[in-house]
Amino acid sequence: MKTATINGKIVKLSDADLAKNLLEFLRGDMDLTGTKNGCGIGVCGACTILVDDKPVRSCRQTVAFIVNRAVLTIEGMGGPHGELHPLQQSFIDHGAVQCGFCTPGMVLTAHAFLLTHPNPKREEIRRAISPNICRCTGYQQIVDAIESASVFYRPSAKPVR
Amino acid sequence: MNPVSLPPAWRSDALSKVTGRAKYCDDLKVFGMAYAVPVYTDEVHARIIAVHTDEARRAPGVLAVLTARDVPGSVRYGQIVNDCRMLADDKIRYNGDVVAVVVAETRAQAVAAAALVRTEAQSLPPLLDPELAMREDAPLIHEDNVYEGRHCNLTNHHKIRRGDTQKAFAECDFVLAQKFETPFIEHAYLEPECALAVPRPDGVMEIYGSMQHPFSTRRFTAAILGVPLADVEVKSVCMGGGFGGKDDTAAIICARAALAARLLGRPVKMTYDREWSMRESYKRHPYKVYYKMGVKDGKFHAAEVKIIADSGAYCSVTPWVTWRSTVQCCGPYDVPNVRCDTYGVYTNNVFTGAMRGFGSPQINFCVEQLMEMAAEKLGVSSVEFRKNNMLRQGSSTITGQVLDTHTVSLPEVFDRTLASVDYESKFKKCSHGKGTGDELYGIGIALSYRGMSLGAEGMDFNAAILNMQFDGSMLLETGIHENGQGAESAMVLIAARELGVCKERIRYRQPSTSNIPDGGSTVASRGTVMGGGAAALAARELKKKIAAVVCEKLACLPAEVRFFNDRVYGKTDDVVLDYEQVGQEMYLHQEYPYAFGVFKAPKVSWNEETGQGNAYFTWVYGCQAAEVSVNRRTGRIKLLNMTAAHEVGRAVNPQMLLGQFYGGMAMGAGYGLFEEVDTEGGIIKSSNFHNYRVMRAADLPEMHAIIVENPDPLSPSGAKGVGEPTNELMAAAIANAVSNATGERYFTLPLKIGAGQ
Repeated sequence: MKTATINGKIVKLSDADLAKNLLEFLRGDMDLTGTKNGCGIGVCGACTILVDDKPVRSCRQTVAFIVNRAVLTIEGMGGPHGELHPLQQSFIDHGAVQCGFCTPGMVLTAHAFLLTHPNPKREEIRRAISPNICRCTGYQQIVDAIESASVFYRPSAKPVR
Repeated sequence: MNPVSLPPAWRSDALSKVTGRAKYCDDLKVFGMAYAVPVYTDEVHARIIAVHTDEARRAPGVLAVLTARDVPGSVRYGQIVNDCRMLADDKIRYNGDVVAVVVAETRAQAVAAAALVRTEAQSLPPLLDPELAMREDAPLIHEDNVYEGRHCNLTNHHKIRRGDTQKAFAECDFVLAQKFETPFIEHAYLEPECALAVPRPDGVMEIYGSMQHPFSTRRFTAAILGVPLADVEVKSVCMGGGFGGKDDTAAIICARAALAARLLGRPVKMTYDREWSMRESYKRHPYKVYYKMGVKDGKFHAAEVKIIADSGAYCSVTPWVTWRSTVQCCGPYDVPNVRCDTYGVYTNNVFTGAMRGFGSPQINFCVEQLMEMAAEKLGVSSVEFRKNNMLRQGSSTITGQVLDTHTVSLPEVFDRTLASVDYESKFKKCSHGKGTGDELYGIGIALSYRGMSLGAEGMDFNAAILNMQFDGSMLLETGIHENGQGAESAMVLIAARELGVCKERIRYRQPSTSNIPDGGSTVASRGTVMGGGAAALAARELKKKIAAVVCEKLACLPAEVRFFNDRVYGKTDDVVLDYEQVGQEMYLHQEYPYAFGVFKAPKVSWNEETGQGNAYFTWVYGCQAAEVSVNRRTGRIKLLNMTAAHEVGRAVNPQMLLGQFYGGMAMGAGYGLFEEVDTEGGIIKSSNFHNYRVMRAADLPEMHAIIVENPDPLSPSGAKGVGEPTNELMAAAIANAVSNATGERYFTLPLKIGAGQ
């Protein structure tokens, strides 16, 4: 039987699972409903998850894509005892959340970006989150939140994960 | 960047949303749930002969295929006119009409079977141009529609008759005549519609839905089922954005799910995908505006305005949307002579309804360009021309309303915007189509006023329940819906401020239509002013009830009891009770610390024939500025800066207020530059986000927000609304900026440089 790691836990995948749409599998079979379906064609970013720390549109993949890989969904962003990741706290503190439907995908996209760009300029943040649509906020406070949280990703910072 | 002085943002649902724990409608699962999907046809306008469902019924997993014939109640319903078919019965009136609903054990089975439903229909010529549809000889889209005493395709005709325009135009130094056109646009809430209907053992149909008007949803559902309102309970769940777009369509989807649930005796979920949502959901009205502006002695002396709004296949709230356009058709200016005729017209296009701005973004696009064109012709600055004509304290609007009950902050928002963007020196740098490089620079401004809440559109009141428990904790519920804007948090903050308690003492109870009275729709920027008003009044009532009981213990008169610092005090600060003690006192006196607050909007008036009256009980004022760079070879418009100043009464939750500013500016910029629902022969070609472009982060510049506070004496909380004002000006400001860059005027949205207008 094949396996994947989802939010730190090893999950067994049957042959029937492998052919399923990844987004539907996460939401329907794993009850990880934090991952959202906004367009179904991979252009809005609401279904973004991280696979081996890279953003992936889960609506465009089958489960076979995650075999032997590490998946992070929004439910796995916090610490083991429910504590928030500093990036999640920063989204709250900067008013970066309105309807919240884009938020999980936005947080994960930003997280992947900050892992490789811990000293970002605001224009770089804007480009990094441009694959993700937010209709409520005009993105400004999202950029504020990501910029502010970037300090936690620098080598000098205390490890956050 | 945010002003650094602001405290961290607070909203009650932020934690659940950043952790993915927040449950939206499609995240809910109920035991025994079946899945429903809609069935469309290829027609745009056709008479239905038969809907053949046999083959679909036999498909694997299918439980039922429902058509209009299965409806026990009324298949026709609407917010104003009962013309909207929740399932098409006699005709297809637009390409998004639904002829059947397929219900199956799984959603995939339902989708597969939907393709097997066959509609037999006689195609009719589609009527797509509202100007043709309003002609007397036009074929009727709704055969039973009668307006102004005749069968026609009109949904409404609003008028303003002020002064004597014929005489006034003859006196003018010059007259500008211009036609403007605006497109259909899509709300593009990120969460597509979803409904979950659960038939309860007690006979009540329980509804969870992605909808912004629980009470309207209840009415649509009760109508289709043919049951009283008390037999339907609509409960709020987390919603992924609405922007006015989750009223009729969302309610109808809930009603269809309820129909299936009732007939099957099982819970039914109906989740829309983006393509269905784009195809079926109502849009912002496209306008054709024929505007004549007369200027005399440097004054905006006369206006003659003809507005034609495409209502599409159904009426929805077209009469209300176009009424606001009528009332605000001259912008925030003092104009003594006005003749306005506004028509809503049925066509076979997608129907149109409420969208953030509600008839104002279209009209501001016209007026704010004309103000600049007139100033140019006069040879004065547009700043001076606006200042010479703008409404001030005590001014009379074009409907004869004297603005004297609140601070008319139009000069303030204007001056603060001009100063913030350094308009005077920036204007001198504008290219006006000249210069040698490819990049042309321009700055533009736009100004507006906006009637708050519903005005004379309809009855306007809202209720709040503040229910203190005997341990001192409190539950607050209002008739306002959380669309994503932060309404719940605003209600809590308003009640907490009024009571002098910490916000953590109050928990917002997600409202149910079976508990809180019908407070109308959470639209029209009315959440904070109306729901907040009710919450403030409930808090005052609660204080009265508490004071009457605890005054004895505090050794003072009830009127001397003071509420602050999360405690209740007597005459001196050492005579004090905490809320646990207050709860105990109330219990011992057999008094419930339970308060019901109702805020009724102050009286308004309207005369349909003359278009005169006090249209809205209060107004807000706003100004936005945009700086652009236009590439003269490619026509590409790049946004360099956007600034907004809005008067909000009182800022309740400053960080979330900024979110409204930024989000409104961004959506308004999309209206100016990209957004247009592409249709071909009545069929919508913009099917998803790959061919309907909304603003993305890299499209936008840094934005600047200026909050102007002048608490409104007629608002119990002092606050007014801001959701829509922020979205009604940016397209106009960008149009002016583009003109100052290129030296050309563009009269059609979205702006297309070099489109040869």
